Amino acid sequence: MADAASSSARVNALHKFPPPFDTSDESFELIAQGAESLLYRTTFSTTGQPAALKVRPEKKWRHPILDKRLTRARILAEARVLVKLSGEGIAAGGSTPGKRAKVKQPKEGEKGVAGLRGFVPAVLALDWERGWMMTEWVYGRTVKQAIHDTQAGRRAVEREQRLQDLKELLRRIGEVVGKLHASGVIHGDLTTSNMMLRPYDATTPDPTSTDSLDGDVVLIDFGLSTQSVSDEDRAVDLYVLERAFGSTHPREEDLFPEVLTAYAENEGSGMNGKVGKLVLRKLEDVRMRGRKKSMVG
Amino acid sequence: MPIAIGLEGSANKLGVGIILHPPHQPSSPPSPHDSAYSDDELHSSHPTSKQKSSSPPVQILANLRHTFNSPPGTGFLPKDTAAHHRRWVVRLVKQAMAQARVRIEDIDCICFTRGPGMGAPLSSVAIAARTLSQLWNKPLVGVNHCVGHIEMGRAITGAENPVVLYVSGGNTQVIAYSAQRYRIFGEALDIAVGNCLDRFARVLKIPNDPAPGYNIEQLAKNAGGVLLELPYAVKGMDVSFSGILARVEEMALKLESAAQSKPATPWLDPLTSAPITPADLCFTLQETVFAMLVEITERAMAHVGASQVLIVGGVGCNERLQAMMGIMAAERGGSVFKTDERFCIDNGIMIAHAGLLAWRKGFVTPLGGSGVTQRFRTDEVLVDWRD
Repeated sequence: MADAASSSARVNALHKFPPPFDTSDESFELIAQGAESLLYRTTFSTTGQPAALKVRPEKKWRHPILDKRLTRARILAEARVLVKLSGEGIAAGGSTPGKRAKVKQPKEGEKGVAGLRGFVPAVLALDWERGWMMTEWVYGRTVKQAIHDTQAGRRAVEREQRLQDLKELLRRIGEVVGKLHASGVIHGDLTTSNMMLRPYDATTPDPTSTDSLDGDVVLIDFGLSTQSVSDEDRAVDLYVLERAFGSTHPREEDLFPEVLTAYAENEGSGMNGKVGKLVLRKLEDVRMRGRKKSMVG
Repeated sequence: MPIAIGLEGSANKLGVGIILHPPHQPSSPPSPHDSAYSDDELHSSHPTSKQKSSSPPVQILANLRHTFNSPPGTGFLPKDTAAHHRRWVVRLVKQAMAQARVRIEDIDCICFTRGPGMGAPLSSVAIAARTLSQLWNKPLVGVNHCVGHIEMGRAITGAENPVVLYVSGGNTQVIAYSAQRYRIFGEALDIAVGNCLDRFARVLKIPNDPAPGYNIEQLAKNAGGVLLELPYAVKGMDVSFSGILARVEEMALKLESAAQSKPATPWLDPLTSAPITPADLCFTLQETVFAMLVEITERAMAHVGASQVLIVGGVGCNERLQAMMGIMAAERGGSVFKTDERFCIDNGIMIAHAGLLAWRKGFVTPLGGSGVTQRFRTDEVLVDWRD
């Protein structure tokens, strides 16, 4: 639900890049603008790799001390979750004088917590004082775009093929959300705009030119994420996705149970078995509660 | 010419208002250029913008209010508040009728607050409304208190389709209109923001007259710029205030015990080493809770793609909240619409206005179904007077 890039031009003109980007030679392309942050596509100058820059501009209406505190807490919370999930090392030590903090390199073939390494963008750099975080760029389209791009063919065979591909995609979504929950993280804003479909073949020159639904589902935008293992939080996370999916893809809405089935049953989910079933039961409660039901616009 | 009398008594204010909707006017308020002033117009030297309000879309014939204030350190109890309303309602109706110079025959309907609010005060005012309806043989129109605030705010400011922040002692909601309903996008999950402020005022023994929130605002203006750390509870578009209240109450008690200790050991701010005063606590509380409110409003505006914001409800009078909202709206290329205490604080005219809008669409509340309800959600009301 982060597609509020409409009035971006005006706001962008008001916005100044924080250092070091104010003097950078790299180009910055505004991708999305939410209430909290601006997202740019740029290059990580250290390695030359394409990167996503998320800037949280200063909120002038907030007391400066409060603003600093919140920006810092939010950038760190998001980065911590991403670092944890991608299985990067965390600087240990620093408490012993004279001993430099070492960042543990992930071992070859290490999959990260619950095997999510590669299924979330890796953090490249951040500065909480100036309010920005840079992550690796995820190739491909959003899942929302991918689903919109698939056209149902005229022939029955084609229609059947598209249906199978869609179901397969939804199962991969269920699996990756299962992995996320199994690792103790709640995304907080699961929508098909916050999922990328990265083609299996990284050499695909232009992923937007294909209407294939093949690829890895990569989760992005952890700005509202929290760490929790409670069934309630997990169920609410799924409920948010269910509601968002229904309003974004009304024609595919009846396929959504595929996500839940894969979440609770697939081997790769991490939530398969008893825990997943408990979450799904909780999800029914959350639906029934309906406090939010009649109010989300 | 449709004329309505409105009776409001959902909390500690008793309000009676009489409104007239001039004929040949569209039921919706005019564009901002006609009658209202947005933030920037107010400051520009444009005498015409206020002049024009002499021919507004609605005519306020009377707007009277009487407030029940309890002594410092206490809140208003439903029983005492209801007794206050019963004691004053006849007097207020008589005064309003005299001030408005209307005859009983001119009145088209009797509007009253059905809810939400405190049970006892609501029902005593409802009894008065039913009595008038029987006595004068006029139809009753039950009004949702929140919708009353929103419609009055729109009529006064001329905001067309704003995101509404409704903040008072009993309610905290971020609302936007969609498909004939005022939909709640975000709200307080526990206590209302005004309740948080009122209860904090009780701990500091800040007077309840004219309003605890007003006195907190004045105290905060004298603060030394110290910002203490309070919890900050925003969950998506929802907020929670009970944890903040608990923490700031602890701080108030700490301040009190520091002042009474012998020898005196003042509590110093860790950052500036300045001694903490009650004014600093008021300032800290305001800065924190208002930042939360502006944040969820901004999120709702981004979500629905709106640039106008309207603040209504008693807490909406607070100038610091209005200023913060103004900066946020300006950053988004929009503006903030607000009203003063005559319309922000609970009043009878808003009930008369919203009731008259519904009545003109054929809505009437039968005597048998005119019971009040403490829980009456904003989105339950069919808003068929807007397109």
